[in-house]
Amino acid sequence: MRTPLRPLARILQARRDGLNPDTIERENLRLRHEVMRDKTRARAELRLLILGVAFVAAFSTIGARMGLLAATEPVEPRASAPGAEIIAQRADITDRNGRMLATNMTTHALYATPKVMVDPKGVAAKLAAIFPEMKAADLERRFTDGRSFVWIRKVLSPEQMQLVHEIGDPGLLFGPREMRLYPNGTLAAHVLGGTSFGAEGVHSAEVIGVAGVEKALDARLRDPSQGGTPLQLSIDLSVQATIEELLFAGMTMLNAKGAAAILMDVRTGEIIALASLPTFDPNDRPNAIVDKAAEPGDSPLFNRAVQGVYELGSTFKIFAAAQAMELGLVGPDTLVDANAPMQWGKHRIKEFEGKNYGPLLSVSDVIIKSSNVGTAHIALMIGPLRQQAFLKSLGFFEATPVELIEAPGAKPLIPKKWPEIVTITTSYGHGMSASPMHLAAAYAAIGNGGVMIKPTLLKREGATTGVRVMSEKTARAAVKMLRGVVTDGTASLGEVPGYEVAGKTGTADKPKKSGGYYDDKVVNTFASVFPASDPQYVLIVTLDEPIDTSGSEPRRTAGWTAVPVAAEIIRRVAPMMGLRPKLEPVVADAVTAASN
Amino acid sequence: MRPVLYVLSFLALIALGFWAYRENYATQASLKHVQALQQQIADLREALSVQRAEWAYLNRPDRLRELATINFDRLGLLPMEPGQFGTPGQVAYPAPDVPVIDLPTDIRGSQPLPESDL
Repeated sequence: MRTPLRPLARILQARRDGLNPDTIERENLRLRHEVMRDKTRARAELRLLILGVAFVAAFSTIGARMGLLAATEPVEPRASAPGAEIIAQRADITDRNGRMLATNMTTHALYATPKVMVDPKGVAAKLAAIFPEMKAADLERRFTDGRSFVWIRKVLSPEQMQLVHEIGDPGLLFGPREMRLYPNGTLAAHVLGGTSFGAEGVHSAEVIGVAGVEKALDARLRDPSQGGTPLQLSIDLSVQATIEELLFAGMTMLNAKGAAAILMDVRTGEIIALASLPTFDPNDRPNAIVDKAAEPGDSPLFNRAVQGVYELGSTFKIFAAAQAMELGLVGPDTLVDANAPMQWGKHRIKEFEGKNYGPLLSVSDVIIKSSNVGTAHIALMIGPLRQQAFLKSLGFFEATPVELIEAPGAKPLIPKKWPEIVTITTSYGHGMSASPMHLAAAYAAIGNGGVMIKPTLLKREGATTGVRVMSEKTARAAVKMLRGVVTDGTASLGEVPGYEVAGKTGTADKPKKSGGYYDDKVVNTFASVFPASDPQYVLIVTLDEPIDTSGSEPRRTAGWTAVPVAAEIIRRVAPMMGLRPKLEPVVADAVTAASN
Repeated sequence: MRPVLYVLSFLALIALGFWAYRENYATQASLKHVQALQQQIADLREALSVQRAEWAYLNRPDRLRELATINFDRLGLLPMEPGQFGTPGQVAYPAPDVPVIDLPTDIRGSQPLPESDL
């Protein structure tokens, strides 16, 4: 009900009393305003309350959601579109034809929670019966000394797992594990390397590479976005197996301590096979030798093809000859001084077994007969600076770039100073050491018409470009000389009908730790390129301390040891790679293409 | 008019609620199905990788070499040799077809040969 501002009764009364009626009006106005103010205030307060509640609700919803997200276990989105899944597995490794070299298998790890174990003593005894490497007393002590968690075994076979299940103790638990498996056993062990467990948890464990390709390309293999695509190597499984078989046979027959072989495609730089003996099983990688007196080569883990830095001997002579031809100092038929022995300062340079091929020899014959003195004279014509530059361009001054973790560590041993006597000794492969891999890359440059290609263990698609280190003409002349070594020279046992093997032998005395050289310990190398008319592959075979005892006296030259092994390898392996022999089989009634 | 509108919208609300309820359960069922399928895919994939590993293990070169040696009597497998490459010239031409006999031939007075002479 609305109260009038000037109620007539009160106004009349006021007038009668002689008061000002306006005060009544003002009083009423004031009361009316107060009512209005109270109403508005109540409404505003209600609005504020609603707004406040809304804000609180909104923020607590957001907060609760955030808390929930932070506290819950992550789950895969269930309604995701197929195709773009992430595979949290280490990628497989395959050979160049897609045959499996390394893959993963699911297995289990065994651990114990002694707090809930019913019968620790009995469990310890039963576990010791299952796993022969464990002792019951040890296990029992670990179960009873108050710890709440004990790792027992990193991987179990399904049979062992079943046996552990049969113990039936609630304190024994299994954690899923992914295990790296190398189905081919020792095959290409030095290339693959091996893996071990990194950070370990109950639900999973990290698999990390510890050597070889597994370590060098660890990031690529562990990349979840590439987990589904296997890593394809340039290795050919069948060729690798054949080379390992033949190399092992050769090593055993020649009583060698170790052996290595590298087969490389000269055009692409792909390494088709890389073997080093003795070898190991990457599924059960042996521990490194900790004995300080032992040589690194004594461990089967040592990769002779990449880590074995040896003086490579006469195989280096072709580089001096090729460089001299490239510089125009000599031609293949130029006669050079080869009068042995040669006196240089206080050094005397001799030929093998004190022979003398001189007084003059053509450059081709220097290579064919493997004359130290002739090579020394060629090297002196070139000079130290140019010789160093050339060897550098062939990659002999730095570690090889192959994708093995061992490769960067295997730096060649180069003399600090380079006086002329070093020029002389280096020209026939002494005084400076490099790995067979360096030699393979350099010979591949000669075989590839003078273009140096980086060696790789990964399959390459398409043509590869490289750096030209010599002209095509020089490279062809060098291959022709190497062919001469096999047809008329020191590597006559290396002839394989149809495959025109060209190569150079190298016999280097092993250096003693105390200085000087051993009389009866050698490293024999045969570096070959085949077929000579159109070189496609380079094969390096190195034998460590071989002795050929088939003759009346022991022979230690590469021509009798590494060369026959290499020849057998080429004879067996070339057809596998689809290389046709130049010698056609006799065909009685062949049809000859003719036109008129 | 108004009450009709109210009733209609109320009915629509009930219908929509029913539809949303059904969709919700259908979605959950589909998700469950997808999860089961994905589990199945994962299991199959694992089985596949085990079988691939097994295949690689059974086909490892040393085993094949041993098997070839053991079964040499039956299979006679030898390593590949350079001399085994052939030339196109070694492939024989297809044998010419026997010409069609279309000339009339007199067979009167002839006797069929006994079976044993054929």
